[in-house]
Amino acid sequence: MTEPTPVTSREPILRVRGLVKHFPLTQGILFKKQVGAVKAVDGVSFDLYPGETLGIVGESGCGKSTVAKLLMNLEQATAGEVFYKGQDITKLSGRALKAVRRNIQMVFQDPYTSLNPRMTVGDIIGEPFDIHPEVAPKGDRRKRVQELLDVVGLNPEYINRYPHQFSGGQRQRIGIARGLALNPEIIICDEPVSALDVSVQAQVINLMEKLQDEFSLSYIFIAHDLSIVRHISDRVGVMYLGKMAEIGSDAAIYEHPTHPYTQALLSAVPVPDPEAREHRERIILSGDVPSPANPPSGCRFRTRCWKAQDRCAQEEPLLAIPARFAQATTPVAHESACHFAEEKDVVGAA
Amino acid sequence: MATAAEMSTEPVSARGGPLLDVRNLHVEFRTREGVARAVNGVDYAVDAGETLAVLGESGSGKSVTAQAIMGILDSPPGFVTQGQVLFHGEDLLKFGTEQRRKVRGARMAMIFQDALSALNPVLNVGEQLGEMFTVHRGLSRKDARAKAVELMERVRIPAAKERVRSYPHQFSGGMRQRVMIAMAMALEPELIIADEPTTALDVTVQAQVMDLLAELQREYNMGLILITHDLGVVADVADKIAVMYAGRIVETSPVHDIYRAPAHPYTKGLLDSIPRVDQKGQELYAIKGLPPNLLHIPPGCAFHPRCPLAQDICRTKIPPLYRVSEVRASACHFWKECIGDDRPAADKT
Repeated sequence: MTEPTPVTSREPILRVRGLVKHFPLTQGILFKKQVGAVKAVDGVSFDLYPGETLGIVGESGCGKSTVAKLLMNLEQATAGEVFYKGQDITKLSGRALKAVRRNIQMVFQDPYTSLNPRMTVGDIIGEPFDIHPEVAPKGDRRKRVQELLDVVGLNPEYINRYPHQFSGGQRQRIGIARGLALNPEIIICDEPVSALDVSVQAQVINLMEKLQDEFSLSYIFIAHDLSIVRHISDRVGVMYLGKMAEIGSDAAIYEHPTHPYTQALLSAVPVPDPEAREHRERIILSGDVPSPANPPSGCRFRTRCWKAQDRCAQEEPLLAIPARFAQATTPVAHESACHFAEEKDVVGAA
Repeated sequence: MATAAEMSTEPVSARGGPLLDVRNLHVEFRTREGVARAVNGVDYAVDAGETLAVLGESGSGKSVTAQAIMGILDSPPGFVTQGQVLFHGEDLLKFGTEQRRKVRGARMAMIFQDALSALNPVLNVGEQLGEMFTVHRGLSRKDARAKAVELMERVRIPAAKERVRSYPHQFSGGMRQRVMIAMAMALEPELIIADEPTTALDVTVQAQVMDLLAELQREYNMGLILITHDLGVVADVADKIAVMYAGRIVETSPVHDIYRAPAHPYTKGLLDSIPRVDQKGQELYAIKGLPPNLLHIPPGCAFHPRCPLAQDICRTKIPPLYRVSEVRASACHFWKECIGDDRPAADKT
C-alpha cells in the first residue's frame, strides 16, 4: 500500500456531484404511464484522487453497482455530474465519450459470465485495441497481449486458450488484464473478488495492489465485504439506499464511525478470532432494507435506526462534517449524514 | 464455548457414542472424464447441542459429505464407496430408501445456501411448510397450515398469518432463509446440517440469521453441522472445527485453539490470507497455486504442491491424522513445525 498522501493538496481525478439515477416503473401495455421510480442512486457526491483507492461499501440494493455504471456512462444519469478532468462524462457521447472511456476501465464481479466463452484469451484481452487502435498498432498486439498476461501473473503461452480452461482466479486475472490493456488511469472494480475462494482472493488482491503501484492507477473498489475494502482502500464511502451515509479515510470509517448504519454494519462483520467474540458489541438491526421505490422520508435509515427521532422523519440529514466534530483533530471529523452523529468504536480496533 | 461441548457429551455418551459419527467416508463421482474422488476418508462426530463447523474451499468435499450423510447424493454419478454414517450408533448407509426417508426431515434436516432455488416457486410457503406435517405426521391441510403459521412466528417472520400465503419470490433474501430454517426445524430434528446458510446474505442480515439459528439450536439442544468457507462466521458460532482439503480432513480442533495456533499449513495459510475488519494489515499472505483437480489429486499429501513446509516425504506418503492434543488432530507430517512456527512451546501439548 502506498502511504496515504495528504489528500487535500491534490486535484481530484474524478469529481462526482449529486449523481441521481431513477429507473421508471411503468404500468399499462399500450399507453405506458410512469407510476413511480426505483430511486437506485439518489444524490451521491464524492471525489477520487490520483493513485488512491476509494472503497464503496453497502448492502445489496444500496446502489453501489449503479454508481459504477453511471461513472462509465453505461447508464444515463437522471441528474448530476461526473467530472473527469473538467469534462462532464454524463453529457458526452460518441467520439468524446469513447476517448474518456479509454481512461476509465472496469473489472466485473463474475469471471464466469464477463468473458466471452467463444473467444480466446488473446482475443478477449486484445479486443480493446480494436476500439482504440492508437494504443497498440496491429503488428504489436500479440506481443502486447502477452506482456499483459505476464503482468497479471499468467503464462504468456496461454494466449490461445479459452476461458473455460482457466480457474476462477485465473479468469479474474484475465478480466484485469483486459482492464489494463488501454493503460487507463481509473479502474472501477465491481466486487472483483467476491466470487473467488479465500486463498485465491488474497492472490488477486495482492495483484491489484501491485498493479496500482506499478501503473499509478486510481481504483474505485465496490464490494460488500468490509474486511477486504478496509484492506485495500485509502478512503471509504458507505452507501445506504441510494445515498452516501458516511465517507472518510479508512481510519475515520473503521475506527471512528459516526453514522449508526456504519456502526451496525461493522459490528455485524464476523471477525476470525473467537477471543474477540466475547468483548465485541454486536448491533443487530431489525428488519430489512426498505424498497428503493418508496424510501422513507427524511433520513433513509431511520426505519431501522435505534436513535431515530421525529426530526429524522422530517428533515433529511446532509452529508457533511457534523458541527460537533468540526474542531476535532482526530479522524472523527469526517462527513457523516446523521443528525445525531456520535463516535463509537465497534470493531475493537487495536 | 468448549465447555458447551464437554457438558453435552454426558447425556449422549450414556446412550453410547455421539449423535452423529461419520467414519472413514469415501465418495466418488464417476464421470466421463474419469473418477473424481470428492471425499477420501472423512471422520467427524457431532454431539447434541454442539456446533461443528466444516471449513473448506470449493471442491474440498464439504458439501458432498453432507449430502452423503443426508442421503441426497446424486447417484449416479455419485457413489459412497466406503465408510459408515452412524446416527445414534446405527449405520444410515445400511438403511433402505424408505427407512432413510423417515429419518430425513424428521430427525435430521438440511438448510441450503440458496433459498430461492431450494424452495418451490409455485407453492406458497404455507403449503411447503405444511407439507412437512401432512407427509410425516399425517395432519390435515388445515392443521398443517396452522402449524406453518406457528413455525413462521417462531423464526420471527413478521405478519406470519398474512405471509403464509405468499410465494418464495415475494420474500426478501433474509426472510426466505428464515423460511428454510422454519422448514428444517418443523419436526424438531436432532441434527441440522446448514450448508453455507448465510453466504448469499448481506452482513446485517447474516448476523440476524446466525443469531436465530444459534438460539433455536440452544432451545432444542440440536447438533449443528455448519458448512462454510467463512472463517469469521466460524469463529462466531462454532464449538469445534474440521478443515477439509481435497476430500480429506486436514485438521480438527476446538475453535479457540485453531485460531491461536493452527496445526496444519493449509489452515495457517487460510488464516493469514484473510483481511480483517479490525486491523489494517500489510500485504496479504497468499497460498500459492490452486486447489487440486479432484480427477488428479496429487500423490502423498494433497496440499504439498502449495505448502511452504513440504519435504520429500509429503510427496509420497499420505499423512494420517496425527494427534496434536487430547482434542486436536492434524494431517501434516510436520505439524510440530507448523504449530511451533512462531509460537512458544506452550501450545504443543
